[in-house]
Amino acid sequence: MIAPVHHVIGLTSIVRERILPIAGNILVRQGQKVNATDVIAEAKRPYEHVLLDVARLLRISPASAEKLIRCKVGERLAAGTEIAKGKGLLASPIKVPRDGTVAAVGGGQVLLEVGVAKVEVKAGVPGTVIEVLPGRGAVIQTAGSLVQGVWGNDKIEVGVLVNLMSAPDDILTEAKMDVSLRGSILLGGMVNDKDVLRAAAELPARGLIIPSLAAALLPLAREMKYPIVVTDGIGAFPMNSAAYRLLSTNAKREIVINAEAYDRYTGAKPEVIIPLPISSEPPPAPDAQTLAAGLQVRLLRPPAMGALGFIEKILPGLTTLPSGLSAPAAEVKLENDEMIIAPLVNLEVVG
Amino acid sequence: MPASLVDGNSLLAVDVGSATTRAVLFDVVEGQYRFIASGVAPSTAEAPFKDVSEGAKNAIENLQTVIGKSLLDSGRGLITPTQPNGSGVDALVVTLSAGATLKTVIVGLLKDVSLESAYRLTSSTYTRIVDTLALNDTRKPEQKIDSLLRQQPDLVVITGGTDGGASRSIHKMLEAIGLASFLMPEEKRPAILFAGNQKMEADVKSLLGSLSASVHVSPNVRPSLETEDLDPAERELAHIFIEIRKRQLKGVDLLNLWSGGHILPTAYASGRMVRFLAKMNSASKGILSVDLGASAASIAATFKNTSRLGVFPQYGLGENLSSLLKYTTLDEILRWSWMDISKDALNDYLHQKALYPAAIAATKEDLAISQAVARQALYLAAQAARKNFPSDISQMRPNLLPPFDPIIAGGGALSDASRPGSSLLLLLDALQPVGISTVILDPNNLLPLLGSAASRNNLLPVQVIESGAFISAGTVVAPVTTAAPNTPILRATLTYENGSEAKVELKFGGLETLPLPSGEVGKLSIQLLKGADLGYGPGRAPKEGVAVKGGALGVVFDGRGRPLNLPADSARRRELIKKWHWALGGE
Repeated sequence: MIAPVHHVIGLTSIVRERILPIAGNILVRQGQKVNATDVIAEAKRPYEHVLLDVARLLRISPASAEKLIRCKVGERLAAGTEIAKGKGLLASPIKVPRDGTVAAVGGGQVLLEVGVAKVEVKAGVPGTVIEVLPGRGAVIQTAGSLVQGVWGNDKIEVGVLVNLMSAPDDILTEAKMDVSLRGSILLGGMVNDKDVLRAAAELPARGLIIPSLAAALLPLAREMKYPIVVTDGIGAFPMNSAAYRLLSTNAKREIVINAEAYDRYTGAKPEVIIPLPISSEPPPAPDAQTLAAGLQVRLLRPPAMGALGFIEKILPGLTTLPSGLSAPAAEVKLENDEMIIAPLVNLEVVG
Repeated sequence: MPASLVDGNSLLAVDVGSATTRAVLFDVVEGQYRFIASGVAPSTAEAPFKDVSEGAKNAIENLQTVIGKSLLDSGRGLITPTQPNGSGVDALVVTLSAGATLKTVIVGLLKDVSLESAYRLTSSTYTRIVDTLALNDTRKPEQKIDSLLRQQPDLVVITGGTDGGASRSIHKMLEAIGLASFLMPEEKRPAILFAGNQKMEADVKSLLGSLSASVHVSPNVRPSLETEDLDPAERELAHIFIEIRKRQLKGVDLLNLWSGGHILPTAYASGRMVRFLAKMNSASKGILSVDLGASAASIAATFKNTSRLGVFPQYGLGENLSSLLKYTTLDEILRWSWMDISKDALNDYLHQKALYPAAIAATKEDLAISQAVARQALYLAAQAARKNFPSDISQMRPNLLPPFDPIIAGGGALSDASRPGSSLLLLLDALQPVGISTVILDPNNLLPLLGSAASRNNLLPVQVIESGAFISAGTVVAPVTTAAPNTPILRATLTYENGSEAKVELKFGGLETLPLPSGEVGKLSIQLLKGADLGYGPGRAPKEGVAVKGGALGVVFDGRGRPLNLPADSARRRELIKKWHWALGGE
């Protein structure tokens, strides 16, 4: 069975396509070096629209109104600009109520775009633009350590990593946070208290990397202005040992925390990147691998949810699990040497 | 060209679900079509694969391993037709439910008339209504336009106006849709289905034709105020769903090509099969099919002259699980659990499971949570479906499902063949069927595939069903009554084919079984007490007895009352649920 790979890897080539949701301007060129928080593409869309029904306002037919309308699609109009005037001595002029751009004219109506909402796409990774996608975005490549997460609150930052964990199953408490941590990205333990998220905001921290977050805190976590990456899951379980080792040994380094929300269809995942100097480009990590003996995997459901282990062997046929369900399964040796049997669909390759 | 029916065409059927893709082979054995085997693989609509055909090929490869012959060539292309060396198949059909729920805007005039029909129509496939435009909408036209631009719907379903009736108000709404669509990037424009006043067909095409991904017109769902006709529009909507998926999901095109266009939404194919069965059986009661999968909970029901299909992605056990609490509470889910589970643990489960929809319960504790969630999701789906049932059907109580026979259950949570008692209890709890019903489990999820296969070969579904590819869980006898706990409400004698007898006394609050193996029939003589009603009237039962079919659990007597009232005391409730599990063969 082929399974997706959850990347926790010491050195790899990281290639990310960064795309605008609507067509816009690309602000970078091929070969350009970018920082993770650099805006690489932007687009503008109207904040809202105003529809002026000239025909109705002048109490004439749409066809007649059409002949009286004096603006064109794309024209910028200042508030108060007259766009049509009825016939007769006392006919009142039709003026646009706000500054805007004419989006459509037809059927005796004028649709005006009013206000501008800017859409920006940040690089997300520090690296080199290897391809520009005209009107859409760019592809950026870098090399470094990569730790993917399972949940993010859609913010991005760069900062120095400070380790507040002494073990993968630490719980992050408010008491562990003091003013010396201001402006840092914190590697903390499991979070099950809303005051912890608030305390990090008050510092303010520049980011928070945690193994797990209680489901009840998800709405508050989304509101936080600093990025939060959850590495392992929703609930209360420790950080997987591979991520813990990698992150805790990189304390005091400048890292990128891109808490991009997980999108199962595009493959976007929250991630932590530790840029590293390289002499030659390391190979990219595969996104999917066939489950086989020797592979490092993570357990996605109990027992040992979140734990890492190695596949000892893939069992033939179907295996009846303690739950009573039958499924293709594997023997997995956990890091504590415990051997468990897990259904293949509950395994995710880590590497 | 495929061989003729007389020669016997082999048929491969592939179901692409959100979590799992299944390939099933049907072929002729001893002159009759049979279900041969199935192969299963994880679905690949999502990253990193982003190509549904990969999962289909993987499932077909797994099927090849089981049957020992090649269906794919060395380039992983489908071998068709069957080759002289036995490799390949003659035809392929596909059902599809994978992909994000379609964001849908419904448009109509009156809330209780055309909008109600639009709602029922969109409920027949995998949609989520993101906005509603109606006559009583007080928003300015530009506010409607801005809302449409924000929502970026995949689909707009327009109903309204009786045939030949007023059209001005609908015209106004078409303008807002047209303008919004005009302002969207071309690749993001919605598909349009118009199923309203047929006089407006030309207007719709001229106003929206060049401004949408595609415009489809079907007969009016409300040709007159009193008449509703959803079937043609449902058929068109099924077609549109596949068209949208072709744009959204890589690989659908390839499967469409391989199958020669024989590709249907999974729920629609199930609905078609249920209608087919109803015609075949000329049943006096309706037929009910329920499918609880990762994409959605789907409920198809037939009645005397009509049918209903309800697809509820919000109650699916996949990525939408994290939003289930918009429709229910943690307490309502936990009432079904036989284990003491904290609200926080359940909340965590819903979000964590939504991250990994394909993962299954490996431990008893995890199974207890997943089954509690499945019960509540199916319960909610059944309640939502019931509201869309025709108003003129006979019901024993207004808040209960009408009597159905048979009830067919598919989907991972319901059709585990190794534990039919567990599946049956889940169905009894969530659906709370009334009267006498045979319950059939579909462990290989064949129902939609047969519905899809019927379009290529209408002999195949009949023969496969008759071949015993489904598993009978048994016959359920569920009287409607209220009585004091442990009061006898029913006495029954089951007479077996060999003339022997077995008796049972059912007390209020209890679950009893009488063995009757699969494939056997028996005659059940029933005496109803305390005004209990099995659909023949309070206290009444046919004097000549009732013919019942056997199954894994035999004949199951559910005396727990309808609607099922669980004890408020959680410890007592959990004990009771455990007892019910034991009664149906659980540990």
